Amino acid sequence: MPYIGSEDTVRDLRRVLSNPNVQSDQLRYRNTILKVIRAMSQGVDVSGLFSEMVKACATVDIVQKKLVYVFLCSYATLNPELSLLVINTLRKDCQDPNPMVRSLALRNMTNLRLPSLVEYVEQPLTAGLRDRAACVRRVAVLGWAKLHNLQTNSEIDAAVVNELYSLLRDPDPVVMVNCLRALEEILREEGGVAINKPITHHLLNRLKECDIWGQCEVLRILQRYRPQSEDELFNILSLLDVSLISPHPPVMAATLSLFLSLCSGLPAVGLAALERVRGPLLAACGNTSREMQFTALCHIQLLLRSLPGLMGEHYKRFFCGYAEPAYIKQRKIEVLVELVNDDNVAILLDELRGYCTDVNISTAHAAISAIGRIGRSYSDKCLEILTELLGLKQEHITSAVVQTMRDLVWVCPQCSRTVCSAVEGCEAEIQDSQGRHALLWLLGVYGEQVSSVPYTLEVFIDGVRSEASVGVKMELLTATVRLFLCRPAETQDMLGRLLHYCIEEETNMCVSDQALLYYRLLHCGIEETRKVLQCRRSDPSLGVLIGRPAEPINQWSYIFNTLEPLRPGAIETDDALTASVSAPLSLSLSPALSPEEFEDLWLQQQCPTIFRCSPQSLQAAMQLVNIQTLAFTPPHTLPWRVYLYTNTQNKHSADTCHGTLILGELLVKKNTAEKGIKVTLKQQPRDEKALKGFLSVLTTVLHALSSE
Amino acid sequence: MISQVFILSSQGDHLIYKDFRGEAGSDVVNLFYEKVTALTGDQPPVVMRHKDVHFVHVRQGGLYWVATTTADTSPFTIIEFLNRLTALVKDYCGSLSERSVQMNFALIYELLDEVVDYGYIQTTSSDILKNFIQTEAVSSKPFSLFDLSNVGLFGAETQQSKVAPSSAATRPIQSSRDQGGKSEIFVDVIERMLVVIGSNGVLMKADIEGEIKVKCYMPTCSEMRIGLNEEFSIGKSQLRGYGAAVRVDECSFHQAVRLDEFDSLRILRLCPSQGEQTVMQYQLSDDLPSAPPFRLFPTIERDNGGRLLMYMKLRCDLPPKSAGINVSATIPVPKGSVSLSQELSSPDQSAELQPQSRAVVWKIPRFPGGTQLSALFKLEVPGFSSASMLEVGPVSLSFELPKITATGLQIRFLRLSPFQPGPAQRWVRFGMRTFDSDHEVGPGPSEDPVQDCFHWWIHCLLYLSQQDDVCWTESVCCLTS
Repeated sequence: MPYIGSEDTVRDLRRVLSNPNVQSDQLRYRNTILKVIRAMSQGVDVSGLFSEMVKACATVDIVQKKLVYVFLCSYATLNPELSLLVINTLRKDCQDPNPMVRSLALRNMTNLRLPSLVEYVEQPLTAGLRDRAACVRRVAVLGWAKLHNLQTNSEIDAAVVNELYSLLRDPDPVVMVNCLRALEEILREEGGVAINKPITHHLLNRLKECDIWGQCEVLRILQRYRPQSEDELFNILSLLDVSLISPHPPVMAATLSLFLSLCSGLPAVGLAALERVRGPLLAACGNTSREMQFTALCHIQLLLRSLPGLMGEHYKRFFCGYAEPAYIKQRKIEVLVELVNDDNVAILLDELRGYCTDVNISTAHAAISAIGRIGRSYSDKCLEILTELLGLKQEHITSAVVQTMRDLVWVCPQCSRTVCSAVEGCEAEIQDSQGRHALLWLLGVYGEQVSSVPYTLEVFIDGVRSEASVGVKMELLTATVRLFLCRPAETQDMLGRLLHYCIEEETNMCVSDQALLYYRLLHCGIEETRKVLQCRRSDPSLGVLIGRPAEPINQWSYIFNTLEPLRPGAIETDDALTASVSAPLSLSLSPALSPEEFEDLWLQQQCPTIFRCSPQSLQAAMQLVNIQTLAFTPPHTLPWRVYLYTNTQNKHSADTCHGTLILGELLVKKNTAEKGIKVTLKQQPRDEKALKGFLSVLTTVLHALSSE
Repeated sequence: MISQVFILSSQGDHLIYKDFRGEAGSDVVNLFYEKVTALTGDQPPVVMRHKDVHFVHVRQGGLYWVATTTADTSPFTIIEFLNRLTALVKDYCGSLSERSVQMNFALIYELLDEVVDYGYIQTTSSDILKNFIQTEAVSSKPFSLFDLSNVGLFGAETQQSKVAPSSAATRPIQSSRDQGGKSEIFVDVIERMLVVIGSNGVLMKADIEGEIKVKCYMPTCSEMRIGLNEEFSIGKSQLRGYGAAVRVDECSFHQAVRLDEFDSLRILRLCPSQGEQTVMQYQLSDDLPSAPPFRLFPTIERDNGGRLLMYMKLRCDLPPKSAGINVSATIPVPKGSVSLSQELSSPDQSAELQPQSRAVVWKIPRFPGGTQLSALFKLEVPGFSSASMLEVGPVSLSFELPKITATGLQIRFLRLSPFQPGPAQRWVRFGMRTFDSDHEVGPGPSEDPVQDCFHWWIHCLLYLSQQDDVCWTESVCCLTS
């Protein structure tokens, strides 16, 4: 880097800056300051020039002023004392007749981030709120937020808060939006700016005046509003309909987010909104910016979780372009898998086949495993393609195909015959350990169907000394023992050699222990071994791709329009239902509740679910997930009841915890026909999302208990 | 909410760094660069995380434009903002490159200061910003003899001065201030097209995305009216008669466009703000109004020596007056191909084997309509098997077509009203740009698996012609003929 001589640079710059000849020449002075800023943004430490720069601040040249302020704001925290010198100039500028100078001074005064200067800043800020020029008011409003964050523990000035609330009616829309932003920050502890009916209606009416950034901010803040009646709700929704199909993706996304939070109790309306944004979202997928395309794709994946048929007929929009970057291709492949139906499967598979030979190896793998996933419903066509790919005899493709086939066979046992004939003879191509691992598993489990297996395994066993991967060695052991069970005559000799090597020479504990285990198991007799090793070959219940039930929208609506869906693998969690439900919701025991309060709060609300469980371990299990059992009847008396409570905290809603109190009664009536627990829940304040979340946490606990 | 914004060159040099909230240190810049360069292929690089700091970045002009933010921020907003920022920088500095950012860093700091305050986006409208931005842009355009070619002998107007150099629209908007009177408006009609064609020549998929962009250099612009083809129709239902209607499926407009005259006269009215804006965007799928501009006839076989012979015939179906430029065909070849020998039909073409992308790239700088070119490639592929044939194809073509739009959309006139005091110059350029024109062919007969797929890319063209209302219509005629 060119900064080795940075001390020299600073010394030279200082000399020039303090040269009176330069100071009197406007242009030279400004150019020198430019040099300082350039050095600063290149990473040179020029903080030593602070006092010279403070002097340069007193000038009528606005460009020079702006440059000096860039410098001062970067280094003020290092020089709190010298910064005091700037304040006078800044305060003087706040009186300047030019509004641009006033707003500039005010903004930079608050950007210095020095708690010691707060007392000097408050007065100009107060004046700034009442300034004639909107640009000064914009800066002043945000200035109060900056000031508050500089000294978070100080009292909130009620007068300022009132002033900010009244500025919500300012004619300038940016001032209004800035007021919202400032109040959100200042009142963070109280849950942010109060969103009541008049404010909501005021904001909605002025939405059109704001630019897209302001609209997004307003829409985001309105998510906290709960309409008081259904009429009001629908009025708001129809008002927002225009923004829902906005050509600006940020506005569209923010509106959909608001729709989903307003309609959390009306799933049908939510689904209709998803249909409505289909057009704008597809348009965003065709945006000229790759990053925007990617964002839209990730969010389409979310929508498809609730409405799998949403994009069915638009599958061609998700075909990959040749020159697209790998991260877009891979997301598109994931989306394509979701869109498969009887009509388009042939075209889709044809397209995916083309991606399997992509130059980017991970894209090729994604395409191959996508074909495998489609194979769960359309196995014949997919197996044909996968078999054809094996013919390419390329290491990475063969390895990915074998892994895909292994996964496919586990779900669709009917494919095993084709798979077995296909994998025969491809062991020479596979070099990586995951591929060999998959191959060995297939050979072990389906050993009786592939005639050449003993020869293949023999090659592996002969090379076991040079095998580096522990997983492959362990899989080899298992496969050989399994093969021995069905083809003992051909395998006995090599199994003996393998066990001998693993027990006597192998240094890895896991491998030698497993070998010992099998050795002892074989001692116990062939029937015992068979019982242990011939386990299930498949698990069709793992779920077929098509016909996966649509998830309710609120399973994902809280991460919509956040960075979460853009993370790699963010979508993969959807199989683990419990994980995705309990993650956003955390329970806590505070505020604590006395039994009397509990009784007072009790109301009837029916929400029955039925489970079996054993009462004894209930309390301990409940405490694990932060649910407090408050009272219960002694065991073995019927009816048996439990009363419990908990508080929910919505972590995702950024603002301070808006807890919901949930009270519950579990009732077991063994004498009734249905065996199970009746759960009655009450909550305050009402929060459908939290209630659903709580129920699934409860169900998980009860499931866990009943399976014990 | 944006915590910091920084701009890095592709080598990781810090060009711009601005901290809005003082929440994270400047060391995150290096951290970002380490992360982005350590990426393996399958990680989405748009969003990255380090503890509580989330990096969102876009790549434009070979630079990384990065914002750091918190997890619950809207990615749509941040990405749109970064794109808008790049557009602003482009407007103000003239072009987007490491050099122009370096030379104009003071201007960019000033822009950032006005655009974002305390991490909140204030305004990105160039109409408002122009009142605040004081720094003059430093133009990085090197002196070029080409600029002189537009000056006629003794300053006389030459025919060439009817055509502006393509760099004319890449100057900073602010400089219009001192160059006094050089008020110009550029209108671009750019279409991007994606075509997939089966091995039997059947059109499998066609998508066109087009946009009309206005770049305005006038400090104060009154209303302007853009007249489109009168037979322009949106959606299938509006199609009238059998005429040569210009049809698009969907169409959206910039919010500043007034459409009162659109339904009857197909006129867009707007008051453009300084800088560049997309006035209209439209899409057309699955129904190309004209044949694709190129056809490829590939033949692939093995010779006795085990070499792969690829004989490519490429025909340009454009009218003879037009030409495709910068045509480039990419032919994927089997892994392990080691050497290429070639026979090309004319000396200006070139072809090379690119081992890392496993493809032969055949480049044709200029390809007039109605002509045909051919090339024979002989590839040495050790260990060639019949399965290797599967790896050949799909072929992709990328090209630029000046003066042509695939949908046939034209601009009838461009009027400024009320009449400008000074001579306002109006420029229009048309182009078809193929961002992803896939020309793809389904599996052919098994003997000839190579005839598999073609992709096409059309890169569109930037052609400028100076218009006044009369000669404007003439030039449209000449474009359409």
